[in-house]
Amino acid sequence: MEFGLVELSRLQFAMTAMYHFLFVPLTLGLSILVAVMETVYVMTNRPIWRQMTKFWGTLFGINFVLGVATGITMEFQFGMNWSYYSHYVGDIFGAPLAIEGLMAFFLEATFVGLFFFGWDKLSKVQHLVVAWLVALGSNFSALWILIANGWMQNPVGAEFNPDTMRMEMTSFFEVVFNEVAQAKFVHTASAGYVTASVFVLGVSALYLLQDRHKDLARRSIAVAASFGLASALSVVVLGDESGYSASHTQKMKLAAIEAMWETEPAPASFTLVGIPDKEARETHYAIHIPWAMGLIGTRSLTEEIPGINDLVSEAEEKIRRGIIAYDALMTIRENRGDVPADARFIFEQNAEDLGFAFLLKRYVEDPRDATEEQIALAAEDTIPGVFPLFWAFRIMVALGFSFIAVMAYFFYRASFRNMQFPRWSLYAAVAIIPTPWLAAELGWFVAEFGRQPWTVDGVLPTALSASHLSIADLLITLAGFVIFYTVLFVIEMSLMVKYIRKGPFQDVEETHAWQARHEARLRQMPDEPTASTTPAE
Amino acid sequence: MILFELIDYDTLRVIWWALLGVLLIGFALTDGFDMGVGALLPFVAKTDVERRVVINTVGPVWEGNQVWFILGGGAIFAAWPPLYAVSFSGFYLAMFVILAAFIVRPVAFKYRSKRDSVTWRTRWDWALFAGGAVPALLFGVAVGNVLLGVPFHLTEDLMPMYDGNFAVKFLGLLRPFALLAGVVSFSMLLMHGAAWLSLKTEGEVAGRARRIGMIAGLVAAGGYALAGFWLAVGIDGFALTNDVVPNGPSNPLYSEVGREGSWLAAYAARPWITVAPLMGFVGIALAMRGLQAGREVSTLLWSKLAITGIISSVGLTMFPFILPSTVDPNSSLTVWDASSSHQTLFIMLVCAAIFMPLILAYTAWVYKVLWGKVTEADVTKNADTLY
Repeated sequence: MEFGLVELSRLQFAMTAMYHFLFVPLTLGLSILVAVMETVYVMTNRPIWRQMTKFWGTLFGINFVLGVATGITMEFQFGMNWSYYSHYVGDIFGAPLAIEGLMAFFLEATFVGLFFFGWDKLSKVQHLVVAWLVALGSNFSALWILIANGWMQNPVGAEFNPDTMRMEMTSFFEVVFNEVAQAKFVHTASAGYVTASVFVLGVSALYLLQDRHKDLARRSIAVAASFGLASALSVVVLGDESGYSASHTQKMKLAAIEAMWETEPAPASFTLVGIPDKEARETHYAIHIPWAMGLIGTRSLTEEIPGINDLVSEAEEKIRRGIIAYDALMTIRENRGDVPADARFIFEQNAEDLGFAFLLKRYVEDPRDATEEQIALAAEDTIPGVFPLFWAFRIMVALGFSFIAVMAYFFYRASFRNMQFPRWSLYAAVAIIPTPWLAAELGWFVAEFGRQPWTVDGVLPTALSASHLSIADLLITLAGFVIFYTVLFVIEMSLMVKYIRKGPFQDVEETHAWQARHEARLRQMPDEPTASTTPAE
Repeated sequence: MILFELIDYDTLRVIWWALLGVLLIGFALTDGFDMGVGALLPFVAKTDVERRVVINTVGPVWEGNQVWFILGGGAIFAAWPPLYAVSFSGFYLAMFVILAAFIVRPVAFKYRSKRDSVTWRTRWDWALFAGGAVPALLFGVAVGNVLLGVPFHLTEDLMPMYDGNFAVKFLGLLRPFALLAGVVSFSMLLMHGAAWLSLKTEGEVAGRARRIGMIAGLVAAGGYALAGFWLAVGIDGFALTNDVVPNGPSNPLYSEVGREGSWLAAYAARPWITVAPLMGFVGIALAMRGLQAGREVSTLLWSKLAITGIISSVGLTMFPFILPSTVDPNSSLTVWDASSSHQTLFIMLVCAAIFMPLILAYTAWVYKVLWGKVTEADVTKNADTLY
């Protein structure tokens, strides 16, 4: 691949998006975990829970700020680097982004300040409400962003308007309740919850290994393991839902992930491992599991899943229809005010495939002049990189299943083994801290790299979407982002480490006061069994 | 869905044009004092405790304030996609600088006091200064360029293209009139920041802020008057030369635009808009008097009035133009040809009507909870938890 303007723009977007998503999953999950801890504090009045809320809240804050800061880049880059995309689909894509600001971002950003500064200014319940509003805002934010992203994967509720040369919304309802978006949201949010659970589990395990803050660590593990177990299960189930919706919305992506070159008789087998070879159009050393793919992809025994080769022929037909649509569009444009009825009719018949004609723009200025060879090349372009998708997906899924096992184990020890954890398991918990991030980044890679060569599936090719900037522009900002983001990352990590080392702030006075109250209560109720109410230590 | 036809397309366009103004003003009124405070930081606060006092006056609210900026971006994307596409990519390197400032500022707030080292804190203080001063200046420069017109054109496919190489595109923004506009916005926000500090701090810090604020007000008023004079004598305006179809399709190439007369012709055509610049001058004058007399709440309100007047005056002067083009005036974006579709504008209006009142209500509640001065005693007492 030569590195032209489009590739540099893609590189910059991928880099800044993946960087942004280092902070988002932890924000999504930790905001909820912190709110849960504070809820327990408000309900039980035990200072240890307030200490936990404040401690994890501090780490949440260090992470949150970079999520916010790098999120601004994401919103602005559409206009900066993808101006034709912004023009072409802004009528639909802009709406969820703006609603995200109105409904979600304002909420979390306004209240996050009060969360940190409001401890002495608010009543307990008020502060708890603030904590939940921050969590709610973060998660709503993810919802609207994934509605926007879901539309890029499955562009429903929109049609092309020849007068304005862009896609326009026909049904807001369809855009919001896009099945791809809904499945993606729950999958992504759950992945964030798993990330936060693994993080809390790992840091707590570190404290247990170091023999300090054990009270806080044990309780944190109990919360994280139960929340993490439910979330880990949800990630896998909803990931399966995403796969199912891809089987009828993004057939090429699915076929590429599975390295399925030929259409197999239903139910198709699942390739567990292998080495996909795009040149030879086959997968070497493949190990198949019969029936599995058909069952996951179609939830039936009779429906076929099309293979890559068939999909390429299909794309070729779509390109031909796209050329007809393009020709009609040009006629419409040249005869504005007095459009011949047949041109409008022909356009409407073929408008759905207009985007496929744009695939030819890489090879020829006017798609109508394309040769047979160029049409074949453009059809070939609809295959994304099979090898990286195949493996990224498999590593992600393997990690997803292993999180279930980890969480189940800690949940079991916390619930039924009196919170006693063997040392090897604690070491393991510390070691796996980075893995949910890896899984999340791989997930985004599969979703977005698998969408290529489109920015909006079947509607607008990536190559056409980019701004007409100069290479120098891109090199300056790319270098700027790399340097800038690296420095911020180093600072963020050093602060995280510093505050984890420092540990929770112990409110000695309040703990003593609580202890005194607690003992007084015990004296009044001599029949109460004492074992269940004393702290774990 | 026929519901959206309840409101005419052209009416919706005007409403969204006004809402765009509301968002920009909302941004300038809230995040404006954050930027002003950042720019004032090295000059009003000498010791570490003083600096922490200043930083903590905006500490709990900057995050919410910054969302006005983000929502502004989102609303332009949703309601004015061509504007979003052309301006963000056309001002590419300037946008990158602003972006950098908006990334570094939050981080500086959050991280500055998390270590005791003097070097660490001094560096972040400079980051806060740059993060406030640079965008405060560049926003004005951008507005100045919009008034002058920007060198872009649209192809038949409505692909935005820019003329000139990258160095010209960035340095080319720094034209004299645009720099003057930058000075106006910078000094205006400096005054606003001073008004905020006068309300939220006491003693030496508040005194220094008031003194600088008065000078800034003077510069803002002088610069604003000079810019008006310049527009009257030295800069050509833009005008639509064919019959506009206010509810036609959003294709900027359908309208014809000429460079005729002056922007200020708008004041002859719609004399009532004179109220906007008037608000600007009166607001500045009264804010300066308030700063001098040490009045607190009213000073901030007058400063808000001044900002509202100055920003509205730009929009009202240019109406219906949003982003004129110098190299191909026909490509200019106007209220009538650069909006989203009828349905999208309607849906977004419904969303705004539901959420804006909520946002204003809870923002007001947060400010009420945080009411009162930040003192040196507060900072010393809560040294571990405050910024």
